[in-house]
Amino acid sequence: MILDWLLPLLLAIALGLMAIGAIRRVSLWRAGQAEPVNIITGLMAMPRRYLVDLHHVVARDKYMSNTHVATAGGFVLSLALIILVHLFGLDNQVLSWALLGATTLMFTGALFVFKRRTQPPQRLSKGPWMRLPKSLLVFAVTFFIVTLPAAGILPENFGGWVLAVLLTAGIIYGLGEMVFGMTWGGPMKHAFAGALHLAFHRRPERFDGGRSTGLKPVNLAADSLGVAKPKDFKWNQLLGFDACVQCGRCEAVCPAFAAGQPLNPKKLIQDMVVGLAGGTDAKYAGSPYPGVEVGQAQGSPEKIITEGLVKADTLWSCTTCRACVEECPMMIEHVDAIVDMRRFLTLEKGETPNKGAEVLENLIATDNPNGFDPQSRTNWAADQNLPLMAEVKEADVLFWVSDGAFDMRSQRILKAFVKVLKAANVNFAVLGDEERDSGDVARRLGDDATFQTLAKHNIDVMNQYRFKRIVTTDPHAFHVLKNEYGDFGGQYEVLHHTTFINELVKQGKLRLDQFKGGNVTYHDPCYLGRYNGEYDSPRELLKVLGIELKEMERSGYRSRCCGGGGGAPITDIPGERRIADMRMEDAKAVGAEVVAVGCQQCTAMLEGVVEPRPEIKDIAELVSEALIEEVH
Amino acid sequence: MLPDANSSNTPVSSGLKVAALVSVGQHPKSGRPRRADQDARAVEMGIRLCGEHLSLVHAGPEGKGDIREQALRQYLGMGIKGLTILHQQEGSDALPALASHFKDQGADIILAGMRAESGEASGMLPYLLADRLGWPIVSSVADIISINENDAEILQALPRGQRRKLRVSVPFVATVDQAAQIPRQIAFGPSQRGHLKGQESIDEIDQVKSDWEETPARKRPKRLNIKKAKSAADRFKAATAKPQGEGGKIMKDESSQEKAQAILDLLVSEGIVK
Repeated sequence: MILDWLLPLLLAIALGLMAIGAIRRVSLWRAGQAEPVNIITGLMAMPRRYLVDLHHVVARDKYMSNTHVATAGGFVLSLALIILVHLFGLDNQVLSWALLGATTLMFTGALFVFKRRTQPPQRLSKGPWMRLPKSLLVFAVTFFIVTLPAAGILPENFGGWVLAVLLTAGIIYGLGEMVFGMTWGGPMKHAFAGALHLAFHRRPERFDGGRSTGLKPVNLAADSLGVAKPKDFKWNQLLGFDACVQCGRCEAVCPAFAAGQPLNPKKLIQDMVVGLAGGTDAKYAGSPYPGVEVGQAQGSPEKIITEGLVKADTLWSCTTCRACVEECPMMIEHVDAIVDMRRFLTLEKGETPNKGAEVLENLIATDNPNGFDPQSRTNWAADQNLPLMAEVKEADVLFWVSDGAFDMRSQRILKAFVKVLKAANVNFAVLGDEERDSGDVARRLGDDATFQTLAKHNIDVMNQYRFKRIVTTDPHAFHVLKNEYGDFGGQYEVLHHTTFINELVKQGKLRLDQFKGGNVTYHDPCYLGRYNGEYDSPRELLKVLGIELKEMERSGYRSRCCGGGGGAPITDIPGERRIADMRMEDAKAVGAEVVAVGCQQCTAMLEGVVEPRPEIKDIAELVSEALIEEVH
Repeated sequence: MLPDANSSNTPVSSGLKVAALVSVGQHPKSGRPRRADQDARAVEMGIRLCGEHLSLVHAGPEGKGDIREQALRQYLGMGIKGLTILHQQEGSDALPALASHFKDQGADIILAGMRAESGEASGMLPYLLADRLGWPIVSSVADIISINENDAEILQALPRGQRRKLRVSVPFVATVDQAAQIPRQIAFGPSQRGHLKGQESIDEIDQVKSDWEETPARKRPKRLNIKKAKSAADRFKAATAKPQGEGGKIMKDESSQEKAQAILDLLVSEGIVK
């Protein structure tokens, strides 16, 4: 039969072309900047990252995770067995029967892929992705039939030349999509790039549940700062972009996209792929950036990204909430890439939009974003009698006040927290006027120079004193102090105030009354939840207060951003809706009368929503109101 | 010919040399050295005129690696490749150094802020410099509308948002204040890579200043304004009303001689010309 010699030949050709494609693809990634990775450890860790971490994310959609296990598992197994049986011609009944099983598994999975593609959700990309279920089916069916004679079920020359021609066509089409296409840019590229991306991930600590920032310090002495062109990314960042499977889960959760601002994380990643491979976005078949036509973008590894590939407004729309990163089954790091590109715009071009320039200049001149007199930082606490580190030199807890010190609404939160600290007789002190902005906003606006100056100064100041841990009411300062000061020699144990108060309650140091009020919901701050995994303490505290939470549809790791992160209120890119309004709709939908928060930025954003709306209260305020104070 | 790089509507002849005087400023709240706001506006105007060909001149101590240098570098962060520092000791008079620099190097337009943020801050330097060079000076420039080798059309800012169009012959000195365009953002990368070109210069001790004594200003109680305006419309009127002229007369149809005589009479009566 013709297939006896043609099939191994076709297989060999497909595998050969795949190898050539792989080399070509790898060379595209290698255009990026050098970044040392441990190849052996990475490859060893890859199966676990794939089977555990990746699968956990995919499994949030049970339908899809089962489908993917069947299809991908069936395919990987099939391909391995196809090589053994049909390329090397191992005449083994067991292997052939196993191959029949594998193709059947794949076929079953592919049927569900097919079913979903009959009415695909808006977030999915169309175009070549629409043919993928057919390709999967053709591949599975073809190799099932081709293997039947080897398994001894059918005679050798069954079906005659008609079937032989059909099977040949099926083999060519199937191998073209599933093997050749894997390294030459078809939908199956995600399997090849994705596997390597998992092995050489830029933030590998995330697979062990580690909490980290993705932002690496900029070498300020370099010839050009930040990412201007696709080749300025690290090579493994480029690899990460290439792993995108265009499922659009990021798009579905992105607050900026929902608000009609010109950002769509999926399109951004696809534009990065256009940038690394060269060409235009004309073939992109998913949702566009809201208000931006598809087909106009052009890029190449050597071309400046904001000059033709991605508009600067797109980069400035991001609130850095990491909803996309949390949701991405391919573990792509969208936010860090965005900040990398912002760095070029701010540090090299001086083009931070709207109030950005003013805020950065204020941070440089006065250490706070609004240009207040740095000597007035402790004015809010004139009546609080706070111990100053400069005087006491030593305390159990350093209370990091943050820039909320200058804002009258935030001062109420700070005072409430001080009341709690005093009620629990905590030995604490503040830095007073020696404290500076943590650098969060500067860094996320791309000004790593100012961030580094602020960070180094703060570290120098803190190094003069002795304390066991830092507690702060600001999740942004919390994240920066905990995860970003380490790069500059500042290693601290940092707690968010909800975690700390929860500890005090558990130790029996606080006596709390029951909350008397209406329905309460809790809004997870991005920098506390997704960035640092603290979902429980705030909820436990609220429970202690006797509150039965009305959880919003999007809460916990899926919490929707308030719109206040990443300097977004400063760069203020216009959209059709306000992110804070949408979040308030979430709260109203569960009938909340109070929204409990743990972040002064969230407080400011949510209180900016026009009334009537639920009241906004920080958990520190709720606790301090419920304090039973002992009367002497 | 249009200026390169930084787009502007102001056509400037390629041959024209534009310079901006820059000083080390002082932030009003923190007191930290920074680019002086008005000087930065002068630089902004210069960049709009001739892009990166604008030359920046500073007279003062060399100060390598100190916070003064970082403040000067902020001007470079606006997109200029180099800045000339006329070396002087602390407390020297900037005027002779600048005057001799421009006599040697020549320039067609010198832009400056109205008043420094530190030091004497008398606001006299641009006037004295123009006097030494024998050039006209235009104060409070809001914008330069057009310019060629011979003269320039300038929009001068008057109180309460009013503008006056002037024609002035090249070369001239122009000072800018709050009415001019706000300065562009400082980009850190270029600010650090820009070149500070030190240059020997005349070093005359400022005798008058050395006799002064500097003490921090005392805080004084402020008299509170009683707001008479009842409505937003009233407040708007009060803010935009033309100042009531006191005395004086408008001469339009008289001959140039009569007009000049009237000015001279006034100067004599005020004791300015003797």
